Amino acid sequence: MFDSLMFGGFLASTVVQNALLIGAAAAVLSGIVGVFTVLRGQSFAGHALADVSSAGGALSLLLGINPMLGFFGLGLLGALGLTGRRRGDGDLAAGILLGTGLGLTALLLHFAVTMRGVAGAAVSVMFGSLFAAPPGAGVLAFFAALAGILLLALIYKPLLLASLDSELASVRGANIRLVAGVFLVLLALAVTLSAMAVGAILSTALLIGPAAAALRVSRRPWVAMLLAALFGVACCWGGVALAYASYDWTPGRVWPVSFFITSLVLLVYAAASWRRQ
Amino acid sequence: MFAPYLLNAWVVASLVAVASGCAGFFVVCRRESFAAHALPMAAFPGAAAAALFGLGQVYGLVVAALGGVALLLWLKRGQRSDAATALLLVALLALGSLFLSLSGRYADSVYALLFGQIFAVGPGDVLPALVLGLAVPAVLLSGFRPLLLSALSPDLAMVRGIGCTRIEILFLSVLALAAALALPVTGALLVFSLMTGPASAACIMVRSPRAALALSVALALALIWQALALSYLTSWPAGFFTGVLAALLYLAPRIWRTARPAPRSPGLA
Repeated sequence: MFDSLMFGGFLASTVVQNALLIGAAAAVLSGIVGVFTVLRGQSFAGHALADVSSAGGALSLLLGINPMLGFFGLGLLGALGLTGRRRGDGDLAAGILLGTGLGLTALLLHFAVTMRGVAGAAVSVMFGSLFAAPPGAGVLAFFAALAGILLLALIYKPLLLASLDSELASVRGANIRLVAGVFLVLLALAVTLSAMAVGAILSTALLIGPAAAALRVSRRPWVAMLLAALFGVACCWGGVALAYASYDWTPGRVWPVSFFITSLVLLVYAAASWRRQ
Repeated sequence: MFAPYLLNAWVVASLVAVASGCAGFFVVCRRESFAAHALPMAAFPGAAAAALFGLGQVYGLVVAALGGVALLLWLKRGQRSDAATALLLVALLALGSLFLSLSGRYADSVYALLFGQIFAVGPGDVLPALVLGLAVPAVLLSGFRPLLLSALSPDLAMVRGIGCTRIEILFLSVLALAAALALPVTGALLVFSLMTGPASAACIMVRSPRAALALSVALALALIWQALALSYLTSWPAGFFTGVLAALLYLAPRIWRTARPAPRSPGLA
C-alpha cells in the first residue's frame, strides 16, 4: 500500500494529471522523432526551430490562445526557412533565424507582460511551466503526438532509408525532398510538444537527449525509438514527481520542473555513454 | 534620450559594442561561432547564482563564462558528440533557471538575463564595464597577427613558433570576458547576434583584415546605438532591435553582392 497522503494527493490533482499527460505525449513523440534527428545529423535544425517557435509561444500568450498553436505555427515558419537553405551556410541561417526569432520573442514577451499583464511570460515560454498548462492541453498534446506518430508511420520506410543512405533512397525512387520536408514538419511538431513540456530553449534536451542515449544502447531503429520514448517518459514523470516533492524542501517555493527533467535527461545520457565505454 | 540618468546606458552599451565588434571579427575569421553561441549560455547560470547569493552580477558572469571555456576545451579534447555538447549547454540554462527561481525574482530576472535590459544599467556597472571593455580590445589587438595566423594557417603559425593551443585558450578566455560584459546589455540569447552580425557583414564588405576589424566595430556601435535610440523612442525592448538589425546585417551585404553585376574578367572578353 502506497503512502496515500503523498501519492493519493499527487495523482488525484488534475494539474498533475495534465502535466503527466503533456510530458508523456512530448516525450514519446520527441523520442521517436529525435532518433531520426540524431541519425540525420539535424540537431542544429531542431535547436533553430525551437528558438524560432519561442516567438510563437510568446504570441499565443499575447493573443490568449493555446500556446501549442503558437509554438507550432512559428515552428512551421522556421521549418519553411530551413528547407530553402543550401548546405554549408549554417552560420548564415543561424544568424538570421536566431536574430529575428529571438528578437521577435523579446518584443512579443514584452507586449504580453505590458499589455495583457501575463506575469512570468518569459519563464513559461522559455523555461516551460508544466504545472501552469491550460487544462485541455494534456488531451490536445496526446492527439498531436498521435497524429505525429501516424505521419511518421506513413513515411517511415523512405525516411529511414534517406536518413541512412540518401543516394540509395533516391535510386529506389523515394522522393527525398518530400520526405525531408515532411520530416521538418514532424520536427516542428516534436519541438512544439517539447516546448510545452520543458520550455522553448530547453526543448533540445527532450528532443536530442533520450534519442542520443537510446542510440548509444542500440543502433537498431525500432529498439532505439522504443527506448528513446521510454527514457523520455521516465525523465518527464520523474521530473514532475521531484518538482511536486520539492515543495517541501524549500517552503513555499516549487523548483522548476524543467530543471529536474533536463537534469534527468543529462543523467540518462551520461549513464548510457558510460555503459558504452 | 541623452538625459543624465541614461548616460550610463550609453557609455556601457558603447563599450559592449566595441568589445563585441572586436571579438566578433576574430570569431568570424577563426570560425568559432559555436563558442560565441555557447559562452553566453555558460555565463547565464553565473548571473543567476550571483542573484541568488546576493553577489555582484559581473563576478558571477566572469567566473561562469571562464568555467564555460574550460568546459568547451574539455568537450573538444575528448571529441564529445554534438548531443553531449547540446545537452550540457541546455543543462546549464536549466541550472540558471533553478537559481533564479530560488532567488524569488524569477519572472523579471529571466527576461532581463535572456533578452537584456539596457536601461537598467546603473552607475555601479560603469567601472567593471570600463575595465572589461578596454581589456578585451587591447588583448585582441595586441594579438592581432598570431590570432589570425593560427586560424588561417596553423602550419605557418607553428613555424613562426606560435602555439595554436595556447592561442586558442587565450582567445576563448577573452571571448568569455566579452560575453560576460555583453550579457546584461543584450541578454544571453542575443550576445551571439551582436558579435557575429556586424563582423560577418564587415568580412564580406572589405578584404583587408584591419579594415574589416574597424568596420566590424563601427557596425556594432551603429547597431547598438540604433537599438538604444529606437528602444527609447518606441519603448519597445532593445533586444528586438538588436536581433532584427543583426539579422539584417547578415542578409544585406549578401543581397548587395548578388544583385551587383559580376565584374568582367578582362581575359575572357
